[in-house]
Amino acid sequence: MSFIKAMKLVHEYIHRDDDGNVDHIEKALDGVDLDIEAGDFIAILGHNGSGKSTLAKHMNAILNPSGGTLLVNGMDTADERNVWDIRKSAGMVFQNPDNQIIAGMVEEDVAFGPENLGVPTEEIWKRVADSLAAVHMERFRAYSPNRLSGGQKQRVAIAGVLAMQPDCIVLDEPTAMLDPAGRADVIRTIFELNRTKGVTVILITHYMEEVVNADKVFVMDKGKIVMKGTPRDIFSQVEALQRYQLDVPQITMLAHELKQAGVRIPDGILTREELTEALCHLS
Amino acid sequence: MLRDMTLGQYYPGKSLLHRLDPRVKLRGALVFIISVFLFDSVIGFSVVTAFLLTGIILSGVPFRYMIKGIRPIIVILVFTGILNLFWTPGEPLWQYAFLKITRQGLINSGYMVVRLIYLVIGTSLMTLTTTPTRLTDGMETNLAWLNHFKVPVHEIAMMMSIALRFVPILLEETDKIMKAQMARGADFETGNFFKKAKNMIPLLVPLFVSAWRRASELAMAMEARCYRGGAGRTKMKPLNYNRTDVCAFLVLFLYLAGLIAIRIIV
Repeated sequence: MSFIKAMKLVHEYIHRDDDGNVDHIEKALDGVDLDIEAGDFIAILGHNGSGKSTLAKHMNAILNPSGGTLLVNGMDTADERNVWDIRKSAGMVFQNPDNQIIAGMVEEDVAFGPENLGVPTEEIWKRVADSLAAVHMERFRAYSPNRLSGGQKQRVAIAGVLAMQPDCIVLDEPTAMLDPAGRADVIRTIFELNRTKGVTVILITHYMEEVVNADKVFVMDKGKIVMKGTPRDIFSQVEALQRYQLDVPQITMLAHELKQAGVRIPDGILTREELTEALCHLS
Repeated sequence: MLRDMTLGQYYPGKSLLHRLDPRVKLRGALVFIISVFLFDSVIGFSVVTAFLLTGIILSGVPFRYMIKGIRPIIVILVFTGILNLFWTPGEPLWQYAFLKITRQGLINSGYMVVRLIYLVIGTSLMTLTTTPTRLTDGMETNLAWLNHFKVPVHEIAMMMSIALRFVPILLEETDKIMKAQMARGADFETGNFFKKAKNMIPLLVPLFVSAWRRASELAMAMEARCYRGGAGRTKMKPLNYNRTDVCAFLVLFLYLAGLIAIRIIV
């Protein structure tokens, strides 16, 4: 059964002028159809303003559909009675690590979610310990968040969501404000969570390097899903990606250029090893 | 001056005072504040001093940390001292034109200055040994009765702890904006008071805009983590009284009762 299912999902931002009259309507989501299986690692790519963040906020019932339906774990996000169950089931990590850490101590912040759910005290301690271990931040449990690096803060935020024991984590550009080391750390952590704990991950990003190992990739443009498939399928269509203003990973770009120049290598090369392999097999 | 404020700063430690329940310490601070204004004799004064000294020793916090808290109130101390010194009626010891110093004034002014110093040290003793989270937790439970008067106690406590979390972040941001504006020729240092205040606008406007944006993002993140007010919430670190806390309450009671007795008898 699919975990998240969107059918003709529409979201409109209504801009009003000073008198409160409707100025113009912007369709951030324009008939999105989406089907995500439980346990998958999904990446959603798109340049700024493609509607990918809006889609993420729908998955957590922070936004409600203007049209169409979105089912999360079988629950309709348009129904207000489902809101808290949806948020418990699909946790959300935001872009700015500073603006999502609530408490003044790492372990207390991780406990914030379970506290809100009314989890008993002993169980909270266990969940906090497990979640911090899952993101390899046990050492920092008594630290103030202000003393952590961006990548570490983001891992604390992920632990905070994990402690609510969600089936799925939606990450809305979690690496956009991080340095390369912090970015690699966070990506490694979420892949590990997906592989070892079976958590469904939906990673929203515009860094294509981060998604080469995803199970499935969706590309969004102007509120629509314009491409979908495995990373290999997607990355073999270099021209289409460039049309949607996405930067193709360097290696894929190089392979593409080589192919254009007449070198006979296969489509959709994602890693340096693959390219080396392909080049070595040229007779 | 902001950096000198001891109030609201935590000094990590594992002393007896650190381990006390925050509710005991809050009530203790209240009792101490009352006691400071209760003494009017040397005996009472000695009891209060002894109590404060015991607290300082038990806390294990270096003495200079508490002294730091006095620096920002020096102006107030001098002002109160002078007022009490010259404007207390009684038999003059020394007189010049309209200025006169009375025996009563000398005593009053001395006591008043000591009271204020004790007040600051006593309350910083509480904040130095209690983490902000425990402090707001303590306030939340201590003031729960205000809920009957429709005061949103939980929300206020939550606001306070969030505010404390964002103080360093906003300070850092202020510094960043200040440097960015200075790089573009903004001047924060020269001119008189009004000019300086006016020059603050390019600092305050971006700071406010950013604070609002942060607030709205934080609210969204809190809702995403199922925050819906205090009802039905559990605690990772609930407050529980233990034997030491009961003893501390007993000590506080005896202290206050003793001081009242001294005040009546002496």
